[in-house]
Amino acid sequence: MRVATNCLWVGLFAAVALYGLLVMLRAADPGFVLHGLLFLAFGIAAAAFTVRTALTPEPVLSGDGPNYNTAIVRAGVIASTFWGLVGFAAGLWIALQLAFPALNFDLPWTNFGRLRPVHTSAVIFAFGGNVLLATSFHVVQRTCRTRLAGRITPWFVFWGYQLFIVLAASGYVLGITQSKEYAEPEWYVDLWLTLVWVCYLLVFMATLARRREPHIYVANWFYLAFIVTIAMLHLINNAALPISFFGPKSYIVWAGVQDALTQWWYGHNAVGFFLTAGFLGIMYYFIPKRAERPVYSYRLSIVHFWALIFLYIWAGPHHLHYTALPDWAQTLGMTFSIMLWMPSWGGMINGLMTLSGAWDKLRTDPVLRMLVVSVAFYGMSTFEGPLMSIKAVNALSHYTDWTVGHVHSGALGWVGFVSFGALYVLAPVVWQRERLYSLRLVEWHFWISSLGIVLYITAMWVSGIMQGLMWRAYDSLGFLEYSFVETVEAMHPFYVIRALGGALFVAGAFIMAYNLWRTARGDIRETEPLQVPGAIAPAAA
Amino acid sequence: MAGSSGPHDDVPTTGHEWDGITEFNKPLPRWWLWTFYATVIWSIGYWVAMPAWPLIEGHTRGVLGYSQRAIVAEQLADSRAEQAHYLQRIVEAPLEEIRTDPELLSFALAGGRSAFAVNCSQCHGSGAEGSVGYPNLNDDDWLWGGSLEDIAYTIRHGVRNESDEDARFNEMPSYGRDELLEPAQIEAVVRYTMSLSSAGGAAAGEGAAIFAEECAICHGEDGKGIMELGAPNLTDAIWLYGGDYESIRAQVENARGGVMPNWGDRLPPETVKQLAIYVHSLGGGT
Repeated sequence: MRVATNCLWVGLFAAVALYGLLVMLRAADPGFVLHGLLFLAFGIAAAAFTVRTALTPEPVLSGDGPNYNTAIVRAGVIASTFWGLVGFAAGLWIALQLAFPALNFDLPWTNFGRLRPVHTSAVIFAFGGNVLLATSFHVVQRTCRTRLAGRITPWFVFWGYQLFIVLAASGYVLGITQSKEYAEPEWYVDLWLTLVWVCYLLVFMATLARRREPHIYVANWFYLAFIVTIAMLHLINNAALPISFFGPKSYIVWAGVQDALTQWWYGHNAVGFFLTAGFLGIMYYFIPKRAERPVYSYRLSIVHFWALIFLYIWAGPHHLHYTALPDWAQTLGMTFSIMLWMPSWGGMINGLMTLSGAWDKLRTDPVLRMLVVSVAFYGMSTFEGPLMSIKAVNALSHYTDWTVGHVHSGALGWVGFVSFGALYVLAPVVWQRERLYSLRLVEWHFWISSLGIVLYITAMWVSGIMQGLMWRAYDSLGFLEYSFVETVEAMHPFYVIRALGGALFVAGAFIMAYNLWRTARGDIRETEPLQVPGAIAPAAA
Repeated sequence: MAGSSGPHDDVPTTGHEWDGITEFNKPLPRWWLWTFYATVIWSIGYWVAMPAWPLIEGHTRGVLGYSQRAIVAEQLADSRAEQAHYLQRIVEAPLEEIRTDPELLSFALAGGRSAFAVNCSQCHGSGAEGSVGYPNLNDDDWLWGGSLEDIAYTIRHGVRNESDEDARFNEMPSYGRDELLEPAQIEAVVRYTMSLSSAGGAAAGEGAAIFAEECAICHGEDGKGIMELGAPNLTDAIWLYGGDYESIRAQVENARGGVMPNWGDRLPPETVKQLAIYVHSLGGGT
């Protein structure tokens, strides 16, 4: 069985390498030739890794402990940190381009249109995705008290996912895109991600199946919902016909308003299941773990989980208010978004109320504070979202910077901070260190990034509402008041403030990267005045 | 579980533990539950009122009979109706009459300014200040005439486009590209052209002779241009493609001419007239 599986893997990797070689020989598009080279290199390296692993005897279990696979979590922490820096820096760059267009450098590879998907994919899929991989692999092992299933498969998931990121980002820069927002990669990258994702699902479910706990912990429900739903969204939204197996271009099978609706069904649920359900899984493990308090309400977790899962999937049409989308679909999108408000807040209540009895820790433990503030931002964004889905509000907010501000209060405040908190908790555990290198640096990270977020979202609120009001302004005789370029000119100062906020957020991330690196090396900053009970070795937890 | 004690520690947990994590089984917060119910009830009410659920054929219409498209059509009709009184007079009145009637003029200026912002500012700038290749409309230098009628004609038919046979048209020869003049001759005529707007006045010499031979037929013997031909005045120090040596030389060697759409096919006649009034108010003349 094991031999057969290994042979299957080697066969698969050889096929990937062969396809890469054929692409290199036959493709006309230079970007696609590069991708052929990447497939070839990946196939050869993965086949070599499989053979080496097959020839190495399996590690003997020490005693009857679960013998957790921490190496893959370490890899995930490193990848998350790396891609986080890349994605945040790309965001800062394009924010500066909006304020100072000269930074486009008049080159095709560096213009806003190509770098914007690099930023969005890098932060959502590369940073967020790796945080989800690392934490889900950690959480599922610890809460099932069993080692992660598979020897080759988890590593294939990890490295296959990194290849997906590199293919996507390099493709955007070189001009390979199918122009669907948050789903820009072309057909072959989509197929590759499908393969990786199915393996991810298998590893996760196999680990759940071999658990040594009678029940599945709530965090794992959220992770599972995220993995299954993303697979479904990805497959349906990316259904496409390639022109050739040796060319990057394909045509999406959906057309017109059906394509738009499918796209936003996907786009909204990428937010709902990637950035909400998945990260609620993180919240449900790391907040009670760090606070050392029981989760507030098991009953609430069940009710809000099912309500969230059931309602979120219908809310996408609110992205298409006042378009060619029929009235009835707009109505459903809006009402399901309104009904989604409380199910979203269920997660916030469970996160915040878990702190009851331990609020004092917020004063002394910046990691826990980061986690809790992330939940506060989550609550704010999930109130603002339903508000903006109301058609009368959307008539003002749609297509403006208000949307950008809303997304970033969720992305920087919720996804960013809960990820940072989780990485700070994980690093000492997976490198088996006594504690983080420096909690004082976490304090710096927390305050610098918080300031950055506040600058960012307030600038976008003001800019977005101003923009919306200028677009709809009429004079007393019934004529439009402003030209488009006048609105752009008026937004300039807010673009500068937004870039400043982004710069602070990036600076915070660099502080974190330094702190995690020193932690991994085993350094401890001696002059730390803070002593935090939660920050001791994992065995004592 | 290790950790501090809290206010709910008398409440039992569910009894399970995962990696040190336990769960209370507290009831759903009342305010949460009732707010959730309220959003559901509100949504059901909204579905009754508005178009909502798809059926096998069509969809539920809602008791209010709401239709986004009908509302847009109605609002457009309303705004047309509000302006109808003025628009009718703008269509009927000659441009000069509009210009001299204070009430019509203020309406036409407002409408023209708005239409300019939407349709014209992309090339001519939001202040009509122009840029290289796109004329400034604030100055007194008019390529095709600055009277109300001339401006209206240019807007209606455009310049050098292929979609209107009455479009303004001219074409300057490319003396370098088509080897109509030697490089040295080009340099001489460019120097001469520069002298036309200089403080010292027109220079004599080879350049003047070439100018008289090649250029004067369109730009006039004195270089002041001929508006009927759209040939620019070269003596006023206002330059469409730049007035330094390199820019003028580039134009003589390889002539360019801008294209402007025929807005008469794209905008209603009353809007073209309002635009003419507005543009004329910026820097129009006769």
